[in-house]
Amino acid sequence: MAKRALLLLPLFLLLGGCETLMPEPWVKPYERHYLADPIMSFERDPVAAGYMNHVYEAREAARGAEGGSGGGCGCN
Amino acid sequence: MAAIDRAKIFAAIIGFWLPASLIAAVLPEERADTMYHSYSGGGVTIDGPSILVRKNVGNKLSLSANYYVDMISGASIDVQATASRYSEQRDEFSLGADYLVDKTTMSLNYTNSSESDYQAETVGFGIAQDFFGDLSTLSMRVSFGSDDVMRNGDEDFLEQAEHRRYSIGWSQILTQKLIAELSVETVADEGFLNNPYRSVRYLDPNAGSGFSYQAELYPTTRNSDAVALRAKYRLPYRAAVKSEYRRYADSWGISADNLELRYTHPLEQENVILEGKLRFYKQSGADFYSDLFPYLNATNFRARDKELSDFTSTAIGIGASYLLPDRWSLFDRKNTVNLYWDYVMFDYDNFHDVRVHDGDSAYLPGEEPAYSFNAHVVRLFWSVWF
Repeated sequence: MAKRALLLLPLFLLLGGCETLMPEPWVKPYERHYLADPIMSFERDPVAAGYMNHVYEAREAARGAEGGSGGGCGCN
Repeated sequence: MAAIDRAKIFAAIIGFWLPASLIAAVLPEERADTMYHSYSGGGVTIDGPSILVRKNVGNKLSLSANYYVDMISGASIDVQATASRYSEQRDEFSLGADYLVDKTTMSLNYTNSSESDYQAETVGFGIAQDFFGDLSTLSMRVSFGSDDVMRNGDEDFLEQAEHRRYSIGWSQILTQKLIAELSVETVADEGFLNNPYRSVRYLDPNAGSGFSYQAELYPTTRNSDAVALRAKYRLPYRAAVKSEYRRYADSWGISADNLELRYTHPLEQENVILEGKLRFYKQSGADFYSDLFPYLNATNFRARDKELSDFTSTAIGIGASYLLPDRWSLFDRKNTVNLYWDYVMFDYDNFHDVRVHDGDSAYLPGEEPAYSFNAHVVRLFWSVWF
Protein backbone atom coordinates (compact mmCIF):
# COMPACT_ATOMS: atom_id res chain seq x y z
CA MET A 1 0.00 0.00 0.00
CA ALA A 2 2.80 2.39 0.99
CA LYS A 3 4.75 1.47 -2.18
CA ARG A 4 1.71 2.18 -4.31
CA ALA A 5 1.35 5.60 -2.66
CA LEU A 6 5.03 6.31 -3.38
CA LEU A 7 4.52 5.45 -7.04
CA LEU A 8 1.75 8.05 -7.21
CA LEU A 9 3.96 10.77 -5.75
CA PRO A 10 5.61 11.83 -9.04
CA LEU A 11 2.16 12.04 -10.60
CA PHE A 12 1.00 14.49 -7.93
CA LEU A 13 4.19 16.52 -8.34
CA LEU A 14 3.58 16.64 -12.09
CA LEU A 15 -0.02 17.75 -11.55
CA GLY A 16 1.08 20.35 -9.03
CA GLY A 17 3.61 21.77 -11.49
CA CYS A 18 1.20 21.75 -14.40
CA GLU A 19 -1.03 24.70 -13.61
CA THR A 20 -3.21 24.25 -16.67
CA LEU A 21 -4.64 21.07 -15.12
CA MET A 22 -5.49 22.77 -11.83
CA PRO A 23 -8.86 24.53 -11.56
CA GLU A 24 -8.72 28.30 -11.40
CA PRO A 25 -9.83 29.92 -8.13
CA TRP A 26 -13.44 30.53 -9.09
CA VAL A 27 -14.28 33.40 -6.72
CA LYS A 28 -12.02 36.33 -7.56
CA PRO A 29 -10.78 38.73 -4.87
CA TYR A 30 -13.07 41.48 -6.21
CA GLU A 31 -16.06 39.13 -5.95
CA ARG A 32 -15.76 38.65 -2.19
CA HIS A 33 -17.58 41.73 -0.89
CA TYR A 34 -20.47 39.60 0.45
CA LEU A 35 -18.02 37.30 2.23
CA ALA A 36 -16.10 40.25 3.69
CA ASP A 37 -19.23 41.53 5.45
CA PRO A 38 -18.73 41.01 9.23
CA ILE A 39 -22.09 39.18 9.44
CA MET A 40 -20.50 36.42 7.32
CA SER A 41 -17.82 35.44 9.83
CA PHE A 42 -18.54 32.22 11.72
CA GLU A 43 -17.95 34.01 15.03
CA ARG A 44 -17.77 37.82 15.12
CA ASP A 45 -16.80 38.09 18.79
CA PRO A 46 -14.10 35.70 20.05
CA VAL A 47 -14.71 36.52 23.72
CA ALA A 48 -18.39 35.55 23.46
CA ALA A 49 -17.88 32.49 21.27
CA GLY A 50 -15.13 31.14 23.52
CA TYR A 51 -17.42 31.47 26.53
CA MET A 52 -20.25 29.49 24.89
CA ASN A 53 -17.81 26.71 24.03
CA HIS A 54 -16.72 26.68 27.67
CA VAL A 55 -20.38 26.34 28.79
CA TYR A 56 -21.01 23.48 26.36
CA GLU A 57 -17.80 21.69 27.28
CA ALA A 58 -18.60 21.92 31.00
CA ARG A 59 -22.18 20.58 30.56
CA GLU A 60 -21.75 18.03 27.78
CA ALA A 61 -19.39 15.08 27.31
CA ALA A 62 -18.55 16.03 23.72
CA ARG A 63 -15.54 18.26 23.10
CA GLY A 64 -13.43 19.43 20.20
CA ALA A 65 -13.82 20.59 16.58
CA GLU A 66 -15.31 23.93 17.64
CA GLY A 67 -13.38 25.78 14.95
CA GLY A 68 -11.33 28.86 15.75
CA SER A 69 -12.82 29.51 19.16
CA GLY A 70 -12.23 26.11 20.78
CA GLY A 71 -9.30 24.78 22.70
CA GLY A 72 -10.44 23.35 26.02
CA CYS A 73 -11.39 25.01 29.26
CA GLY A 74 -8.84 23.66 31.76
CA CYS A 75 -11.57 22.92 34.27
CA ASN A 76 -13.10 19.83 35.81
CA MET B 1 -18.11 47.08 -20.32
CA ALA B 2 -16.74 50.21 -18.71
CA ALA B 3 -19.48 49.98 -16.09
CA ILE B 4 -18.46 46.40 -15.32
CA ASP B 5 -14.81 47.42 -14.99
CA ARG B 6 -15.74 50.23 -12.62
CA ALA B 7 -17.78 47.76 -10.54
CA LYS B 8 -14.81 45.39 -10.39
CA ILE B 9 -12.44 48.17 -9.34
CA PHE B 10 -14.91 49.34 -6.68
CA ALA B 11 -15.31 45.80 -5.38
CA ALA B 12 -11.52 45.37 -5.36
CA ILE B 13 -11.16 48.57 -3.31
CA ILE B 14 -13.81 47.36 -0.85
CA GLY B 15 -12.03 44.03 -0.67
CA PHE B 16 -8.78 45.81 0.08
CA TRP B 17 -10.23 47.83 2.94
CA LEU B 18 -12.20 44.99 4.54
CA PRO B 19 -9.40 42.88 5.98
CA ALA B 20 -11.51 39.87 6.89
CA SER B 21 -9.60 36.63 6.94
CA LEU B 22 -11.65 35.63 3.90
CA ILE B 23 -9.73 38.05 1.72
CA ALA B 24 -6.22 36.88 2.53
CA ALA B 25 -4.07 35.90 5.46
CA VAL B 26 -4.29 38.78 7.91
CA LEU B 27 -3.70 39.24 11.60
CA PRO B 28 -6.76 39.12 13.89
CA GLU B 29 -8.59 42.39 14.60
CA GLU B 30 -7.11 44.74 17.18
CA ARG B 31 -9.81 45.12 19.78
CA ALA B 32 -10.64 44.96 23.48
CA ASP B 33 -13.68 43.13 24.84
CA THR B 34 -15.01 43.44 28.37
CA MET B 35 -17.68 40.88 29.14
CA TYR B 36 -19.93 39.93 32.02
CA HIS B 37 -21.04 36.31 31.68
CA SER B 38 -23.59 34.39 33.68
CA TYR B 39 -24.82 30.81 33.72
CA SER B 40 -27.74 30.12 36.01
CA GLY B 41 -29.59 26.83 36.27
CA GLY B 42 -29.85 23.57 38.19
CA GLY B 43 -29.40 25.39 41.51
CA VAL B 44 -26.05 26.90 40.49
CA THR B 45 -25.03 30.36 39.35
CA ILE B 46 -21.63 30.79 37.71
CA ASP B 47 -20.77 34.30 36.64
CA GLY B 48 -17.87 36.69 36.34
CA PRO B 49 -15.89 38.90 33.99
CA SER B 50 -13.82 38.14 30.93
CA ILE B 51 -11.47 40.71 29.44
CA LEU B 52 -9.78 40.07 26.11
CA VAL B 53 -7.29 42.51 24.57
CA ARG B 54 -5.58 42.04 21.23
CA LYS B 55 -2.97 44.43 19.81
CA ASN B 56 -0.50 44.38 16.96
CA VAL B 57 3.23 44.95 17.30
CA GLY B 58 4.38 46.04 13.89
CA ASN B 59 2.49 44.55 10.98
CA LYS B 60 3.41 40.90 11.44
CA LEU B 61 2.83 40.19 15.12
CA SER B 62 -0.41 40.20 17.09
CA LEU B 63 -0.45 39.73 20.86
CA SER B 64 -3.47 38.83 22.96
CA ALA B 65 -4.24 38.53 26.65
CA ASN B 66 -7.36 37.23 28.36
CA TYR B 67 -8.41 37.28 32.00
CA TYR B 68 -11.44 35.17 32.78
CA VAL B 69 -13.20 34.40 36.07
CA ASP B 70 -15.88 31.85 37.00
CA MET B 71 -17.50 32.59 40.37
CA ILE B 72 -19.60 29.69 41.53
CA SER B 73 -22.43 29.92 44.05
CA GLY B 74 -25.36 27.71 45.00
CA ALA B 75 -25.63 23.96 45.13
CA SER B 76 -26.09 21.62 42.19
CA ILE B 77 -28.16 18.44 42.45
CA ASP B 78 -24.95 16.50 43.22
CA VAL B 79 -24.19 18.79 46.13
CA GLN B 80 -27.75 18.55 47.40
CA ALA B 81 -27.74 14.75 47.16
CA THR B 82 -24.34 13.91 48.64
CA ALA B 83 -23.13 17.16 50.26
CA SER B 84 -20.00 17.24 48.09
CA ARG B 85 -18.66 20.70 47.31
CA TYR B 86 -16.95 22.59 44.53
CA SER B 87 -14.47 25.44 44.57
CA GLU B 88 -15.95 28.92 44.62
CA GLN B 89 -13.82 30.61 42.00
CA ARG B 90 -11.75 29.77 38.95
CA ASP B 91 -9.29 32.29 37.53
CA GLU B 92 -7.90 31.86 34.05
CA PHE B 93 -5.11 33.83 32.35
CA SER B 94 -4.21 33.37 28.70
CA LEU B 95 -1.47 34.88 26.56
CA GLY B 96 -1.22 34.45 22.82
CA ALA B 97 0.93 35.53 19.90
CA ASP B 98 0.14 35.28 16.20
CA TYR B 99 2.90 35.80 13.65
CA LEU B 100 2.09 36.39 10.00
CA VAL B 101 4.53 35.52 7.21
CA ASP B 102 3.16 35.95 3.72
CA LYS B 103 0.11 33.65 3.70
CA THR B 104 1.04 31.70 6.80
CA THR B 105 -0.03 32.50 10.34
CA MET B 106 1.72 30.81 13.24
CA SER B 107 0.31 31.07 16.72
CA LEU B 108 1.50 30.25 20.22
CA ASN B 109 -0.62 30.43 23.33
CA TYR B 110 -0.42 29.70 27.02
CA THR B 111 -3.29 29.33 29.49
CA ASN B 112 -3.20 29.02 33.26
CA SER B 113 -6.35 28.07 35.15
CA SER B 114 -6.45 28.11 38.93
CA GLU B 115 -9.02 26.92 41.47
CA SER B 116 -8.55 26.09 45.15
CA ASP B 117 -8.56 22.38 44.21
CA TYR B 118 -7.54 22.39 40.53
CA GLN B 119 -4.54 23.85 38.66
CA ALA B 120 -4.23 23.57 34.90
CA GLU B 121 -1.63 24.78 32.42
CA THR B 122 -1.98 24.49 28.65
CA VAL B 123 0.40 25.40 25.83
CA GLY B 124 -0.65 25.31 22.21
CA PHE B 125 0.88 25.85 18.79
CA GLY B 126 -1.05 26.41 15.59
CA ILE B 127 -0.34 27.12 11.94
CA ALA B 128 -2.71 28.28 9.22
CA GLN B 129 -1.98 28.59 5.51
CA ASP B 130 -4.05 30.32 2.84
CA PHE B 131 -3.78 28.97 -0.68
CA PHE B 132 -5.64 28.42 -3.94
CA GLY B 133 -6.13 32.14 -4.57
CA ASP B 134 -7.03 32.53 -0.89
CA LEU B 135 -10.18 30.46 -1.37
CA SER B 136 -8.87 27.79 0.97
CA THR B 137 -7.32 27.88 4.42
CA LEU B 138 -5.76 24.86 6.05
CA SER B 139 -5.09 25.10 9.76
CA MET B 140 -3.53 22.75 12.27
CA ARG B 141 -3.21 23.05 16.01
CA VAL B 142 -1.69 20.98 18.79
CA SER B 143 -1.93 21.63 22.50
CA PHE B 144 -0.70 20.01 25.67
CA GLY B 145 -2.32 20.48 29.06
CA SER B 146 -1.10 19.40 32.47
CA ASP B 147 -3.42 19.47 35.51
CA ASP B 148 -2.99 19.05 39.25
CA VAL B 149 -6.15 17.70 40.86
CA MET B 150 -6.60 18.32 44.58
CA ARG B 151 -9.37 17.78 47.10
CA ASN B 152 -10.35 20.48 49.56
CA GLY B 153 -10.19 19.20 53.13
CA ASP B 154 -7.73 16.43 52.23
CA GLU B 155 -4.14 17.70 52.29
CA ASP B 156 -2.71 14.36 51.15
CA PHE B 157 -4.76 14.13 47.98
CA LEU B 158 -2.87 15.12 44.81
CA GLU B 159 -3.37 13.58 41.37
CA GLN B 160 -2.29 14.51 37.85
CA ALA B 161 -3.95 14.56 34.47
CA GLU B 162 -2.63 15.35 30.98
CA HIS B 163 -4.52 16.37 27.87
CA ARG B 164 -3.28 16.36 24.29
CA ARG B 165 -5.37 17.92 21.53
CA TYR B 166 -4.75 17.71 17.78
CA SER B 167 -6.99 19.56 15.35
CA ILE B 168 -7.14 20.19 11.64
CA GLY B 169 -9.45 22.62 9.91
CA TRP B 170 -10.21 23.26 6.26
CA SER B 171 -12.05 26.44 5.39
CA GLN B 172 -13.29 26.84 1.82
CA ILE B 173 -14.99 29.66 -0.05
CA LEU B 174 -17.48 27.84 -2.26
CA THR B 175 -19.33 30.69 -3.96
CA GLN B 176 -19.55 34.46 -3.65
CA LYS B 177 -22.11 33.90 -0.87
CA LEU B 178 -21.17 30.60 0.71
CA ILE B 179 -18.28 29.55 2.90
CA ALA B 180 -17.83 26.18 4.61
CA GLU B 181 -15.44 24.74 7.14
CA LEU B 182 -14.56 21.19 8.11
CA SER B 183 -12.96 20.66 11.54
CA VAL B 184 -11.56 17.47 12.99
CA GLU B 185 -10.14 17.16 16.49
CA THR B 186 -8.69 14.31 18.50
CA VAL B 187 -8.23 14.61 22.25
CA ALA B 188 -6.24 12.18 24.38
CA ASP B 189 -6.52 12.39 28.17
CA GLU B 190 -4.45 10.49 30.66
CA GLY B 191 -4.40 10.48 34.46
CA PHE B 192 -6.98 11.22 37.12
CA LEU B 193 -10.05 12.12 35.10
CA ASN B 194 -12.93 11.93 37.56
CA ASN B 195 -14.21 14.46 40.02
CA PRO B 196 -12.72 13.60 43.45
CA TYR B 197 -15.91 14.60 45.27
CA ARG B 198 -18.61 12.86 43.24
CA SER B 199 -20.16 9.54 44.21
CA VAL B 200 -22.15 6.79 42.58
CA ARG B 201 -25.05 5.11 44.33
CA TYR B 202 -25.72 1.40 44.66
CA LEU B 203 -28.53 -0.72 46.02
CA ASP B 204 -28.06 -1.33 49.73
CA PRO B 205 -30.81 -3.21 51.57
CA ASN B 206 -29.30 -2.12 54.89
CA ALA B 207 -29.78 1.59 54.13
CA GLY B 208 -33.05 3.29 55.06
CA SER B 209 -33.51 4.72 51.57
CA GLY B 210 -32.52 1.41 49.96
CA PHE B 211 -29.25 2.75 48.50
CA SER B 212 -25.83 4.01 49.58
CA TYR B 213 -22.99 5.95 47.94
CA GLN B 214 -19.37 5.14 47.08
CA ALA B 215 -16.69 7.17 45.28
CA GLU B 216 -16.63 7.35 41.49
CA LEU B 217 -13.85 5.54 39.65
CA TYR B 218 -13.04 6.38 36.02
CA PRO B 219 -10.56 4.85 33.56
CA THR B 220 -7.24 6.71 33.45
CA THR B 221 -7.31 7.24 29.70
CA ARG B 222 -9.85 8.74 27.35
CA ASN B 223 -9.53 9.25 23.60
CA SER B 224 -12.10 11.17 21.64
CA ASP B 225 -12.72 12.21 18.05
CA ALA B 226 -14.97 14.99 16.86
CA VAL B 227 -15.75 16.11 13.34
CA ALA B 228 -17.74 19.22 12.55
CA LEU B 229 -19.02 20.74 9.34
CA ARG B 230 -20.24 24.31 9.36
CA ALA B 231 -21.38 26.61 6.62
CA LYS B 232 -22.45 30.22 6.34
CA TYR B 233 -24.63 31.56 3.57
CA ARG B 234 -25.42 35.14 2.66
CA LEU B 235 -29.13 35.50 1.86
CA PRO B 236 -30.38 37.52 -1.14
CA TYR B 237 -30.89 40.47 1.23
CA ARG B 238 -28.27 41.52 3.83
CA ALA B 239 -28.59 38.68 6.33
CA ALA B 240 -26.82 35.39 6.90
CA VAL B 241 -27.64 31.88 8.05
CA LYS B 242 -25.19 29.52 9.70
CA SER B 243 -25.58 25.80 10.10
CA GLU B 244 -23.30 23.50 12.00
CA TYR B 245 -23.29 19.78 12.64
CA ARG B 246 -20.86 17.91 14.87
CA ARG B 247 -20.42 14.20 15.49
CA TYR B 248 -18.50 13.01 18.54
CA ALA B 249 -17.38 9.61 19.83
CA ASP B 250 -14.91 8.50 22.49
CA SER B 251 -13.30 5.44 24.07
CA TRP B 252 -15.67 5.62 27.05
CA GLY B 253 -18.54 4.63 24.78
CA ILE B 254 -20.00 8.14 24.60
CA SER B 255 -21.35 9.34 21.29
CA ALA B 256 -23.02 12.66 20.62
CA ASP B 257 -24.47 14.77 17.83
CA ASN B 258 -25.28 18.42 17.82
CA LEU B 259 -26.87 20.69 15.27
CA GLU B 260 -26.95 24.47 15.37
CA LEU B 261 -28.81 26.93 13.17
CA ARG B 262 -28.21 30.64 13.44
CA TYR B 263 -29.72 33.66 11.71
CA THR B 264 -27.99 37.05 11.62
CA HIS B 265 -29.97 40.11 10.57
CA PRO B 266 -28.57 43.66 10.55
CA LEU B 267 -30.87 46.68 10.92
CA GLU B 268 -28.69 49.18 9.11
CA GLN B 269 -30.68 52.31 9.98
CA GLU B 270 -30.53 51.49 13.69
CA ASN B 271 -26.87 50.29 13.72
CA VAL B 272 -28.05 47.02 15.21
CA ILE B 273 -27.25 43.41 14.31
CA LEU B 274 -29.82 40.91 15.57
CA GLU B 275 -29.14 37.23 15.96
CA GLY B 276 -31.26 34.18 16.74
CA LYS B 277 -30.19 30.59 17.15
CA LEU B 278 -31.40 27.08 17.81
CA ARG B 279 -29.16 24.28 19.03
CA PHE B 280 -29.91 20.62 19.58
CA TYR B 281 -27.59 18.23 21.40
CA LYS B 282 -28.04 14.53 22.08
CA GLN B 283 -25.63 12.07 23.66
CA SER B 284 -25.56 8.44 24.66
CA GLY B 285 -23.71 7.94 27.91
CA ALA B 286 -20.51 6.24 29.02
CA ASP B 287 -20.32 2.44 29.24
CA PHE B 288 -19.54 2.66 32.95
CA TYR B 289 -22.30 5.15 33.78
CA SER B 290 -25.21 3.99 35.90
CA ASP B 291 -27.77 5.86 37.91
CA LEU B 292 -27.94 2.95 40.36
CA PHE B 293 -25.38 0.14 40.56
CA PRO B 294 -26.70 -3.24 41.78
CA TYR B 295 -24.23 -3.55 44.68
CA LEU B 296 -20.97 -2.16 46.13
CA ASN B 297 -17.99 -2.34 43.69
CA ALA B 298 -20.29 -3.80 41.06
CA THR B 299 -18.05 -2.82 38.12
CA ASN B 300 -14.38 -2.03 37.49
CA PHE B 301 -15.23 1.58 36.63
CA ARG B 302 -18.21 3.54 37.81
CA ALA B 303 -19.69 6.98 37.23
CA ARG B 304 -22.86 8.80 38.13
CA ASP B 305 -21.96 12.14 36.60
CA LYS B 306 -25.03 13.40 34.74
CA GLU B 307 -22.72 14.79 32.03
CA LEU B 308 -21.85 11.13 31.23
CA SER B 309 -25.49 9.95 31.12
CA ASP B 310 -27.92 9.70 28.20
CA PHE B 311 -29.47 13.13 27.72
CA THR B 312 -30.61 15.79 25.30
CA SER B 313 -30.34 19.54 25.52
CA THR B 314 -32.13 22.13 23.46
CA ALA B 315 -31.07 25.76 23.37
CA ILE B 316 -32.70 28.84 21.97
CA GLY B 317 -30.78 32.08 21.87
CA ILE B 318 -31.32 35.67 20.87
CA GLY B 319 -28.96 38.59 20.89
CA ALA B 320 -28.27 42.09 19.66
CA SER B 321 -25.14 44.06 18.89
CA TYR B 322 -25.43 47.85 18.86
CA LEU B 323 -22.84 50.04 17.13
CA LEU B 324 -22.55 53.15 19.28
CA PRO B 325 -23.01 56.47 17.49
CA ASP B 326 -19.91 58.65 17.18
CA ARG B 327 -20.90 60.99 20.01
CA TRP B 328 -20.88 58.09 22.49
CA SER B 329 -17.85 56.27 21.14
CA LEU B 330 -14.83 56.14 23.37
CA PHE B 331 -11.43 56.99 21.92
CA ASP B 332 -13.12 57.99 18.63
CA ARG B 333 -13.11 54.33 17.67
CA LYS B 334 -15.69 51.78 16.70
CA ASN B 335 -17.55 50.73 19.85
CA THR B 336 -20.29 48.15 20.25
CA VAL B 337 -22.41 46.98 23.17
CA ASN B 338 -23.77 43.48 22.92
CA LEU B 339 -26.30 41.40 24.80
CA TYR B 340 -26.95 37.71 24.15
CA TRP B 341 -29.32 35.44 26.07
CA ASP B 342 -29.53 31.67 25.69
CA TYR B 343 -32.11 29.42 27.30
CA VAL B 344 -30.97 25.80 27.56
CA MET B 345 -33.24 22.89 28.49
CA PHE B 346 -31.50 19.74 29.77
CA ASP B 347 -33.51 16.49 29.86
CA TYR B 348 -31.78 13.45 31.35
CA ASP B 349 -32.97 9.97 30.36
CA ASN B 350 -31.22 7.89 33.03
CA PHE B 351 -30.17 10.33 35.73
CA HIS B 352 -32.85 10.23 38.41
CA ASP B 353 -33.71 12.92 40.93
CA VAL B 354 -32.84 11.36 44.30
CA ARG B 355 -33.96 14.48 46.16
CA VAL B 356 -37.46 12.91 46.27
CA HIS B 357 -36.11 10.78 49.13
CA ASP B 358 -35.53 13.84 51.32
CA GLY B 359 -38.99 13.52 52.85
CA ASP B 360 -41.20 10.48 53.13
CA SER B 361 -40.71 8.94 49.73
CA ALA B 362 -43.01 6.54 47.96
CA TYR B 363 -40.37 5.94 45.28
CA LEU B 364 -38.32 2.78 45.12
CA PRO B 365 -34.60 3.24 44.33
CA GLY B 366 -34.16 3.62 40.58
CA GLU B 367 -37.80 4.60 40.03
CA GLU B 368 -37.43 8.27 40.91
CA PRO B 369 -38.45 10.77 38.23
CA ALA B 370 -35.79 11.58 35.62
CA TYR B 371 -33.98 14.84 36.31
CA SER B 372 -34.32 17.89 34.11
CA PHE B 373 -33.51 21.57 34.48
CA ASN B 374 -33.34 24.78 32.48
CA ALA B 375 -30.49 27.27 32.42
CA HIS B 376 -30.16 30.92 31.45
CA VAL B 377 -26.89 31.95 29.85
CA VAL B 378 -26.18 35.66 29.50
CA ARG B 379 -23.32 37.42 27.73
CA LEU B 380 -23.16 41.20 28.07
CA PHE B 381 -20.08 42.86 26.59
CA TRP B 382 -18.58 46.05 25.32
CA SER B 383 -16.10 45.97 22.47
CA VAL B 384 -13.78 48.68 21.19
CA TRP B 385 -11.61 48.45 18.09
CA PHE B 386 -8.22 50.16 18.11
